[in-house]
Amino acid sequence: MIKEITCIGCPMGCRITAEVDGDRILSIEGYTCNIGKKYAQEELTLPTRMVTALMKVYGTTQPLSVKTSRPIEKSKIFDCLKEISRHTVMRPIHIGEVLIKNVCGTPVDIIATKELE
Amino acid sequence: MRNVDILIIGGGPAGLAAAVSAYEAGARNILILEREENLGGILKQCIHNGFGLHTFKEELTGPEYAQRYIDKVLEYGIPSQCDTMVINITPDKVVTAVSRGAGLEHFKAKSIILAMGCRERPRGSLATPGWRCSGIYTAGTAQKFTNLKGLMPGRRVLILGSGDIGLIMARRMTFLGAKVLACVELMPFSAGLKRNIVQCLDDYGIPLLLSHTVVDIAGRERLEGVTVAKVDPKTLKPIPGTEEYYECDTLLLSVGLIPENELSTMAGVKISPATNGAEVNENLQTSVDGIFSCGNVLHVHDLVDFVSEESAKAGVNAYKYVQGQLAEDEETLEVVNGFGVSGAVPQHISKKLDEPITIMFRPRGVYKDAKVCIDVGDVQAAEKKSRILTPGEMVTLKFTPEYLRKNANADKITVRVEAQQS
Repeated sequence: MIKEITCIGCPMGCRITAEVDGDRILSIEGYTCNIGKKYAQEELTLPTRMVTALMKVYGTTQPLSVKTSRPIEKSKIFDCLKEISRHTVMRPIHIGEVLIKNVCGTPVDIIATKELE
Repeated sequence: MRNVDILIIGGGPAGLAAAVSAYEAGARNILILEREENLGGILKQCIHNGFGLHTFKEELTGPEYAQRYIDKVLEYGIPSQCDTMVINITPDKVVTAVSRGAGLEHFKAKSIILAMGCRERPRGSLATPGWRCSGIYTAGTAQKFTNLKGLMPGRRVLILGSGDIGLIMARRMTFLGAKVLACVELMPFSAGLKRNIVQCLDDYGIPLLLSHTVVDIAGRERLEGVTVAKVDPKTLKPIPGTEEYYECDTLLLSVGLIPENELSTMAGVKISPATNGAEVNENLQTSVDGIFSCGNVLHVHDLVDFVSEESAKAGVNAYKYVQGQLAEDEETLEVVNGFGVSGAVPQHISKKLDEPITIMFRPRGVYKDAKVCIDVGDVQAAEKKSRILTPGEMVTLKFTPEYLRKNANADKITVRVEAQQS
């Protein structure tokens, strides 16, 4: 199968074309530097993204901003968002505080990105 | 009337960084005035990550980035007054502010740092036909609703313009369960950063329609739909017969930012038509003695990191000014925008420049295999190669005093791009 990827390593935005067979990468073409090659390899094998979202807080309509402690598998983004939306937390909350451990069974945590007294 | 050495107007990333650096340089009588109820400015509502790679070498979210500076301000005990709106500045640096707590107040400042940021270009400036129905927001307003108030602007969304805030909101609205139909861009290229196009649109299958625009808006009470048409890339006029109707309840506008310089104008600060911000010299001092400008009120930046860096410089220079250590602006050379360059900052450079400075500008178009050159008079003094230049990313260029010595009789400095437009 042929896959098209746009590299985000720099503003060049190289169009990278790759041929894959399941998990196996047969060829990667179109990159102009090693950043592109590495990015394409990651995107083809296990693409990950940082997820940022909001969480409900008891006693206020003001939401709390949260993020994944590190990038999570792209395929789990919406499951991760769903799990975050099921939680409500209690003040006070400090930046970096772990709010959900091992979200969606991954080694990734959900942590607070805002101070809330 | 209260006396202040350095009065900073605006408690966003620019104002905070200026305050911190002024304090670290030795200033003790500083005051920050902020219109909103908290410090942090627009960063408070930017819950996505990607801030701080240059400053802190890690990717932070907006609130996290702001908190690092707020913590410093608290640690140093720098006074700040929130919920306070400045309504006038005079050329002799008397500032009038109003607040619920203190009513009308006057401040006499030795030095003022303008750090008011920018605002979004509204629908009214676009000349788009249709009723003034609800459901049309600037992307930043929608961001404030969702991220600070926990409100949902709508369910079926179209975005006009491909600025970074619009792209980020495409993803945010998708995460919140809305359907984002498309992102419509008038120009043949996007004004947003590449990574935002990939990670906010491509990841979620949201089409980016280049060379398209909104030609009609349907709905009287609430937005019902939007008509989009192709435009001629040269004339930017809609092509008849290419119209397509999108049924939606929300239109987000991400069509540019304008520095908020009403107060600067009151103080008599000269505004550059190229940046819509103040004209400054290498010390970030405006045309009014002792008034400095930094951050998005000076010129719209692509990254907050550059705002912090620039504002830190304004903070130090404002303190030097208060101490009487800032050299008088005698003879200066004008910085001229050459081919492919728009809004180079600073606009004036002293002939007696003794330290390297950074010149920043935005390319006018997309240029591949380009060279950015600085001419002192008609002698080329420096060049920097770049594989690609796009209007979405600012170009920074070091300018060192030795260039000035290469042609001492020069009357201007030209910044220009050497490339084929692609």
